[in-house]
Amino acid sequence: MDSILGLSLLIFMPTIGALALALLFNSKAVEAMRVFTVVVTAITFVLTLLLWSKFDAIDPGIQPAVDGVRGVSAEWIGSWNIHYRLGYDGISLPLVVLTSFVSMLAALASWSINKLHKGYFILFLLLETGMLGVFLALDFFLFYVFWEVMLLPMYFLIGVWGGPRREYAAIKFFLYTLAGSVLMLIAMLMFYFGGGNEFNILRLTQIGQGNVPGLHFDEFTQITAFILLFIGFAIKVPCFPFHTWLPDAHVEAPTPISMILAGVLLKMGGYGILRIAFPICPVGAQYAAYTLVAIGVISIIYGGFAALAQTDFKRMVAYSSVSHMGYVILGMGVWKITAENGIMVTAGRDYWLMGMNGAMFQMIAHGVSSAGMFFMVGVIYDRVHHRDLNQFGGLFGLMPLYSGLAAGIFFAGLGLPGLCGFIGEVFVVLSTWNFSPVLAIVAASGVIITAGYILWTLQRVYLGAEYKGPHAEEITPMNAREATIAITLLVMAVVLGVYPNLMFDVMNGSMAEVVDGMDAGLRAAQQSGVSITSVPAP
Amino acid sequence: MTSFGTLLNNLINDTVQTSLCHFAPELALSATIVLLLLLRLFGSADRWIPPYFTTLAGALVALGLCGTQLLDLLNSSQEPEPFFTGLLVFDHFGAFVRGLLALFLVLVVALTVLTGIPDREDGPDFYTLMLGSTIGMMIMASANHMLMFFVGIEMASVPGYAMVAFLKGNRKSSEAAFKYVVYGAGAAGVMLYGISLLTGILGTASLPEMASHLAIVLGDAGGAGTAEGRTVLLAVLMVLIGLAFKLSLVPFHFWCPDVFEGASAEVAAFLSVASKGAAFALLVRFCLALVGNNPDAYPEFTTGIGLGLGAIAAVTVTFGNLAAYSQTNVKRLLAYSTIAHAGFMLMAVSALMVVMSKGSSVKGFDVAEASRMCVEGLLFYLFVYLFMNLGAFAVVALLRNQTFSEEIDSFNGVGWQAPALCSCMVLCIFSLVGLPPLGGFWGKLVIFMSLFNIASNVHWFMWVLLVVGGANTVFSLFYYIRILKAMFMKEPLEDARAVEVPPTIGNYALLIALPVLLLGLFPTWTTSLAHGVATWLIP
Repeated sequence: MDSILGLSLLIFMPTIGALALALLFNSKAVEAMRVFTVVVTAITFVLTLLLWSKFDAIDPGIQPAVDGVRGVSAEWIGSWNIHYRLGYDGISLPLVVLTSFVSMLAALASWSINKLHKGYFILFLLLETGMLGVFLALDFFLFYVFWEVMLLPMYFLIGVWGGPRREYAAIKFFLYTLAGSVLMLIAMLMFYFGGGNEFNILRLTQIGQGNVPGLHFDEFTQITAFILLFIGFAIKVPCFPFHTWLPDAHVEAPTPISMILAGVLLKMGGYGILRIAFPICPVGAQYAAYTLVAIGVISIIYGGFAALAQTDFKRMVAYSSVSHMGYVILGMGVWKITAENGIMVTAGRDYWLMGMNGAMFQMIAHGVSSAGMFFMVGVIYDRVHHRDLNQFGGLFGLMPLYSGLAAGIFFAGLGLPGLCGFIGEVFVVLSTWNFSPVLAIVAASGVIITAGYILWTLQRVYLGAEYKGPHAEEITPMNAREATIAITLLVMAVVLGVYPNLMFDVMNGSMAEVVDGMDAGLRAAQQSGVSITSVPAP
Repeated sequence: MTSFGTLLNNLINDTVQTSLCHFAPELALSATIVLLLLLRLFGSADRWIPPYFTTLAGALVALGLCGTQLLDLLNSSQEPEPFFTGLLVFDHFGAFVRGLLALFLVLVVALTVLTGIPDREDGPDFYTLMLGSTIGMMIMASANHMLMFFVGIEMASVPGYAMVAFLKGNRKSSEAAFKYVVYGAGAAGVMLYGISLLTGILGTASLPEMASHLAIVLGDAGGAGTAEGRTVLLAVLMVLIGLAFKLSLVPFHFWCPDVFEGASAEVAAFLSVASKGAAFALLVRFCLALVGNNPDAYPEFTTGIGLGLGAIAAVTVTFGNLAAYSQTNVKRLLAYSTIAHAGFMLMAVSALMVVMSKGSSVKGFDVAEASRMCVEGLLFYLFVYLFMNLGAFAVVALLRNQTFSEEIDSFNGVGWQAPALCSCMVLCIFSLVGLPPLGGFWGKLVIFMSLFNIASNVHWFMWVLLVVGGANTVFSLFYYIRILKAMFMKEPLEDARAVEVPPTIGNYALLIALPVLLLGLFPTWTTSLAHGVATWLIP
């Protein structure tokens, strides 16, 4: 599993499946294609679990490490020093597993797709390859290629199989992401020419942190590149003010694609910041730390209020994603510095590490809970063909199992202790206190808004005397397939909520390395003459 | 008195032993033309041997000859060699572009066989025009003298006018041809005047000698203010106007959408790719001739021209993309896309001009390598452009034969009726946008890399080009995607009949679209070839 072939097999397993679908299956054999896709995604999931079992949590660096060489690579385009370089650590591994997990459940949820099945499943599998590739790539160029590869299937998946305004939503998604990736491309060129023709993320990290004699990124490069990268990734996260594509894309996308969008795609933004923007540009990250925190807090509050105002069930869940992903940005941004021996160093390193861990945990937890919430919306939408919150009610009586599971998953999103949403939020808010008590209080009050919209939604949809909306006659209890998906997600939410160390054990080492590396990078930059001033946070 | 006899002998020897060998691909194409016409004369012969067959055979021979020449050149490390008494030059760059043209000719002829334009009766005429035009383009690619500069352009253009008008009885086609002729004649006149001015003042029409003469004429002051300096500038501008017309750069692009709309898609593809490729080769040769070996003599002059080209490139890209938004006809849309792509490629030439003129004043900056990268980007771009643009036009032509329309609406829902063909369109379109892992991405990337490198070391203006280029990449998505949206996301029109694509046609589209993907996944081979060619051009 650890060889370049093994990792490639993992990434391209879905592509192989897609090719098989294209060549071997008759487009009328719908049921066969559905089952086949589920099998392919399940195999991929098993492969990622194998990877997890191989993972050495003691080693914080990139694995596999053979003879001190981190990651596996093969030359791709020699003249520009571009390599096909793969590897994983405690940051990417949970996301890889999350990807294959959510993809498998989304494939199971794809029974609701009712036209052009063959094209759908081919694109679905190609999308999974793109997502896995992003998380496993260690060459900036390869990362970029996978990042873009994922756009094409996504565009068609939303645009062909989506809701009434699907074309608008699809192009909006595409344009936003493409604009972000052009910015990323410019940052990539800055690194390439500034870092001695290098695309290797690990080496760029060393250069950015001042560990390579003779090469360093100056203050201007770091700050500019960080801003460019951050905008590119923030569009994907998405955080305020780059979030406007998200409600449209989520609302119009078919249920399984919404699950993938919320469960995996949004995490790519956060991952990109953790893997590329932060480690390579510590000076830029420190420069923007306060902005990051502010953006995070605004996203939390703004997303919460926006969710509160929605009458469309799916739109409400979409805005809740903006709010929840705000915690991710907030947790990463709480890098407080203080003067010590004449230079600025990290103040309260453990708090920041806690925030980073919280942000990372929040990504995983949100991947589980938001995929679940979108799935729950999809289940009821398939039956009554509307999503108007004000026309629901009384579902508890009609669909008891569904309503119970939905309540559990929504509580996970709310952040109820014992469920996955709680851990990430608490970690982030606690660490924010160290950075700025005022912002911590604001962020914490976001939890109340979250509780407000989730409880109100539960009340309007599931409680009440009877269902008075359209298509009341079509409300049937969940079938076994749907129940399987929902139960799996709820179990995951409980497991993560009760035993968060499942994730923390894996990610803590790598995250500490990021934190310490950035601190060292900041010190190195100051020794080479960059002056850092701390922004006093209230 | 031996001198005349010796001279004649030498000339004959030189012509027979070297020049004609170097000219072999063009000779092969000329022989094909003669054969085509003769076959028709002998009545029944062309009933047994269809004209496309003769043409395809001739084009393949030419392609083989070009390929052999290029391989020989690469293996033997032969210096560039002028032939035909210095009128043309035989070098890697020329061989590469001629090879591209021959390859394109083969693919276009294959396309015409599939689409049935022209019919059997008109075949010899049409292919004669196309072959003649290609010969002109090949001459453009290896021109070493202002005379051949002009002859090549005209020889490429005149058959083009007739090809545009080839849909006889179609008013739009005739109108398009007429516009093309009028514009073309005007541009040729201006260019010819420019050429005569330039050669008159410089006292030479040979490209390699131009720079040294230019240095004398412009003098120490770099030509600023002197009458000669201004006249030279005017002459250069006039020559560039002629080229700008061929390249359909703003503001000399007005013919392009009308001509593409009126001409058949096959001819439009030919004009859009082959003619652009040859014109860019010529532009590079002309620019290099202006800069010469000693760029320090008059850096302001050539930098100014480079920046001017850059400004035109920025305007062209932006205008082409913006104008494409509102088009409803696919060919018009692709015409504006062609304009925009010409702008992207012009950025490379602009960067080349600027870095060669000013780069040597920056300490520790490898001017030659940076210049080579510009040429490399341009050549790679042209190579990919050949496939992706031909692919797009080919799909339009093939679908036109089914839907009898070239409006975007007529492609509604076609994607699910002809998935193979339309998947090829998806690849070509996304490559035109410049998304990885498709070939068009690398083309753009190499040019952007050059711009970035030169911007941060030599001249800030390249930042402007970089930003304009990046922004336009995003803009362009919006109109390209309309074609795909129609194909895959719209319901078929009510009166539309179902599209059925025979397997041969699907295979052809795959043949064109697959290289786009392969060039994207494995660009190394082509980039290193392009780099090698560039190294010979800029030692």
